[in-house]
Amino acid sequence: MDIENVLKQGLEAADAASSLRDLEEVRVSFLGKKGGLTELLKGLGKLDPEQRPQAGAKINEAKVALQDHLAARKDTLESAAMMTALASETVDVTLPGRRQAAGGLHPVTQAMYRIESIFTGAAYEVVSGPEIENDYYNFEALNIPAHHPARAIHDTFYFGDGTLLRTHTSPSQVHTMEQQPPPIRVICPGRVYRRDSDLTHSPMFHQVEGLVVDQGISFADLKGTVIDFLQRFFEKELQVRFRPSYFPFTEPSAEVDVQCVHCLGEGCRVCSHTGWLEVMGCGMVHPNVLQMSNIDTEVYSAFAFGFGVDRLAMLLYEVDDLRLFFENDLRFLRQFN
Amino acid sequence: MKFSEAWLRQWVNPALDSDDLLFQMTMAGVEVDGTEPVAQGFSGVVVGEILSAEQHPDADKLRVCQVSAGAEAVQVVCGAPNARVGLKTAFAQVGAVLPGNFKIKKAKLRGVESFGMLCSAQELGLGEDADGIMELSHAVGADLAEIAGADLPLDDLTVDVDLTPNRGDCLSLKGLAREVGVLNNLEVTYPKITPVQAASDRGFPVTLEAKAQCPRYLGRVIEGVDLTQPSPGWLTERLRRCGLRSIDPVVDVTNYILIELGQPMHAFDLDRLDSGITVRMAQGGDTLTLLDGQEVALDPQTLVIADAKGPVAMAGVMGGKDSGVQGDSTNIFLECAFFAPIAIAGTARRYGLHTDASHRYERGVDFQLQRDAMDRATQILLDIVGGQPGPLVETVDEDSVPAQAEVSLREWKLNELLGITIDVAQVDQALQRLDFSVAQRQQTDQGVIWEVIAPSHRFDIAIEADLIEEVCRIYGYNNVPVTQPQVRLPLAQVALQHHSERQLRERIAGLGFQEVITYSFVDPKTEEVLGQALVPKALANPMSSEQSVMRTSLLPGLIDAAKRNSARQQDSGRLFEVGLVFRPKQTLEQDLTVGGVMWGKQKPEAWHSDNAGTDFYDVKGVVEELAQWAGLNLTYAVLDDSAMHPGQSAGVLLDGEQIGRVGRLHPQVENTLDVEELYVFELDALAILQRPKRGHGKVSRFPAVRRDIAVVVQQDISAQTVLEVLAQGMGKLCTNISLFDVYQGDGIDSEEKSLAIGLTLQSQENTLGEEEINAAAQTAIGLLEQHCGARLR
Repeated sequence: MDIENVLKQGLEAADAASSLRDLEEVRVSFLGKKGGLTELLKGLGKLDPEQRPQAGAKINEAKVALQDHLAARKDTLESAAMMTALASETVDVTLPGRRQAAGGLHPVTQAMYRIESIFTGAAYEVVSGPEIENDYYNFEALNIPAHHPARAIHDTFYFGDGTLLRTHTSPSQVHTMEQQPPPIRVICPGRVYRRDSDLTHSPMFHQVEGLVVDQGISFADLKGTVIDFLQRFFEKELQVRFRPSYFPFTEPSAEVDVQCVHCLGEGCRVCSHTGWLEVMGCGMVHPNVLQMSNIDTEVYSAFAFGFGVDRLAMLLYEVDDLRLFFENDLRFLRQFN
Repeated sequence: MKFSEAWLRQWVNPALDSDDLLFQMTMAGVEVDGTEPVAQGFSGVVVGEILSAEQHPDADKLRVCQVSAGAEAVQVVCGAPNARVGLKTAFAQVGAVLPGNFKIKKAKLRGVESFGMLCSAQELGLGEDADGIMELSHAVGADLAEIAGADLPLDDLTVDVDLTPNRGDCLSLKGLAREVGVLNNLEVTYPKITPVQAASDRGFPVTLEAKAQCPRYLGRVIEGVDLTQPSPGWLTERLRRCGLRSIDPVVDVTNYILIELGQPMHAFDLDRLDSGITVRMAQGGDTLTLLDGQEVALDPQTLVIADAKGPVAMAGVMGGKDSGVQGDSTNIFLECAFFAPIAIAGTARRYGLHTDASHRYERGVDFQLQRDAMDRATQILLDIVGGQPGPLVETVDEDSVPAQAEVSLREWKLNELLGITIDVAQVDQALQRLDFSVAQRQQTDQGVIWEVIAPSHRFDIAIEADLIEEVCRIYGYNNVPVTQPQVRLPLAQVALQHHSERQLRERIAGLGFQEVITYSFVDPKTEEVLGQALVPKALANPMSSEQSVMRTSLLPGLIDAAKRNSARQQDSGRLFEVGLVFRPKQTLEQDLTVGGVMWGKQKPEAWHSDNAGTDFYDVKGVVEELAQWAGLNLTYAVLDDSAMHPGQSAGVLLDGEQIGRVGRLHPQVENTLDVEELYVFELDALAILQRPKRGHGKVSRFPAVRRDIAVVVQQDISAQTVLEVLAQGMGKLCTNISLFDVYQGDGIDSEEKSLAIGLTLQSQENTLGEEEINAAAQTAIGLLEQHCGARLR
């Protein structure tokens, strides 16, 4: 048999193989134990010893050539097979993926937690208290005796048995001072209730009360804390101003106005064209309140502040109707997720 | 309180324009709520007299008048009911311009020519009165703008100030002027008040029984008054600019004193009083018909002014109808008293009355003001209605008159509390400007100590902090520096064995639930339908019956929120809430609770999922997720709860104690509340917030093997029973037990079910051999046969 002929046949057969299995058959029929080139090697023994080396070298040459060719052909076939497989596995990558259904927190809760984080970051503790209170904690202990004119503005819900729905989170101040000695740094977030309902009032809303009792706590410290808080909460360097006001449980007392977060003081619908928003009340805790909780007013002083979370959330998220917060419409709520 | 800026400026006139003045007041704690111009511009309006008034030929309500403004009379058609012959009124001549740039031209009304217009106060922007044309007493031809601006300029503002309850001293022109004087360091020109000489010696006896409630009562008789006289224009105009309507001269004068000095007064018809005045507490059976016509039964906490027959006025709140001054009264008795704030506070509210008088008495009226107020009122009244004044008779119990508060102010405390270093001269000045007198001023090691006596008009000064606030107000709140509290800095406590409420909320939101906030007060009908054993706590003064009881569970709010969302085409949803529920037991329990509601499809619609409806196991899965998060081993038991589906709900137990419930609402409840299939869960939040400390066992190096067994049991054997039997009996070799199939149907008796259970076996010591594995499987089968009546399938 002619070596070159066999090689030629082998190369052609390899090229003709259309699958890896066909290619393996070609390999076996030429390079296997009974393959064409193997047979030629076996036939070397019949040759003249002098011709053997030359013939042997030729056969080996052909064998290597065929092996190389088979390997190349194998690569070609393998990558073609891969391409076919990949093509068959192709999906529409623009279809939506499989997800867990999304849920989320109420925007008022989010605002509340934003507030909590701002204060807990400065080592304030978060405390909570009951929503059904007695007269003592909601009024008396806060220096609001019976018949005090300040009671009229609280529009209290009563139960007729001496208990009531707390009208502010300030009772938490008292609970806290009764339970722990100074220094105290707490905020008390929670639901509060007043008989009032319109665009900007809901009979149930949320407040955060803050209280710091320590030695040397001053009105200047209160101002610093309030200004810091408002600027951090809105992430804007807003102007803040303090106006003398009156709360029975603080003295001096102040009403806090912040530069309108919407127009930055230019005057707009949000601030009724005044450039300012009234956002919280604060003051130095009244000595009567401290003394009722057995805190020595000659040693300690304290400041307190309180504000409506719903109102801050409205300003933060530019919600113009308070009632949206309590309608619990999924189409509204999901936008805050 | 409303006041006229021009009036204020007659007393004290700082070099500030209106905006700056009002801003200054606001920043000093006298908050300006709003302003309104007292008049809008008009011209060409004069006093005209109606010479004749004939019926219009073609209009019932119109009259054709001849009106004279001094020269020739002209014809004017007028529709006012009070257009009558002889009336002097506001006459806008042709060419006049009324507010709103409304030009008066010759016109024809229903065919009759009209040369001008007769005007009401409202049409000229001079008041609210639109019932008829103005009734004037001025000379014919006088310019209306000049008349209205004769006393105080027309370019004036009615200013509404919103005063905090501590600032009763500012509820008068006098108080506001004092405040503005202080803020601008200006002297205030107060009106000169001189005692009125008695022209008769007629008095009227006054007895103070309730001395503590009424320490001082001044009375004066004026005989022979002529009450047919109208109040002069300056008086009605001043009242109008302070938001008050003119009634009659006596009421107008007492109102004037109220606005000017802050002293409420009352006038009786002397001839309708019997024997004498007694100031006392109401007695059983006392009743009074008030000025506004309503008859009230008086409770014993009510201070009354009584004569021999009974109460004639509710002291400091409102006078009685029968004893009040009327048009034909000729002899009057003026009352000017100091009632203690505590005696009046609450009275007005208790009777649902709120008057200018009660508003001031509740907050405190200057207890040294009565004599001046009485003399001022008498003098003005005499000028209008004439008469012979009797002597001013003061009945007083000096012991009950409040003492002027004496308070010390320490420089160091002032500086420490405010965080400032104040110049003591500034304090001296502030105290003086505020009418505080300094009894003693002492220099000590720690600075100056002032012994201060508060003026009689300040009821809000009792302690040092009150003085500090006053000084701070004058110093300027916004001049106080801005600092940070200097504190010791302990590190935070972070509970190892508790989750926070925030973590819980975030976890549930992570399970696909949207948080809602629902009202804590709910409809008692919903509570009843949900049939809980507790009677909810009811509000005494709810805003509506739908919000009249406190929720005993979160379900009413959650169900309502689900219902509203369904109605808004939200076909599926998951809502949750965390909040207090209020359970009246032996004592009222206010329990932090977490609850959720699910309805509609299991998952959002998607191309890759077949969309089954939510069922019991979806909602139970949520509770299980929470249990796993908490690290708690919760169990489930059949629930006896009329709100829940009897076959698709379970009580949730922790260590045998029920901490909540899970499942479908009872279909009957769903029907009654008109909601679709709802799945709910509700758990005691404090229980689920427990977080047992985590620990770990050794992780085996040897391979685990799994053996599956299938057994047949009676239908009523619960999965929990089967799993518990295995968990307790299998020993530590069995590391996991999973119930992976439940089969009922062909090949199984209808009373029975087939359970497929996978046991995972693994040893810490060795690779398990076939013998050990088979033995374990046999143990499992044995346990199930023995305790669950199972047989191998």
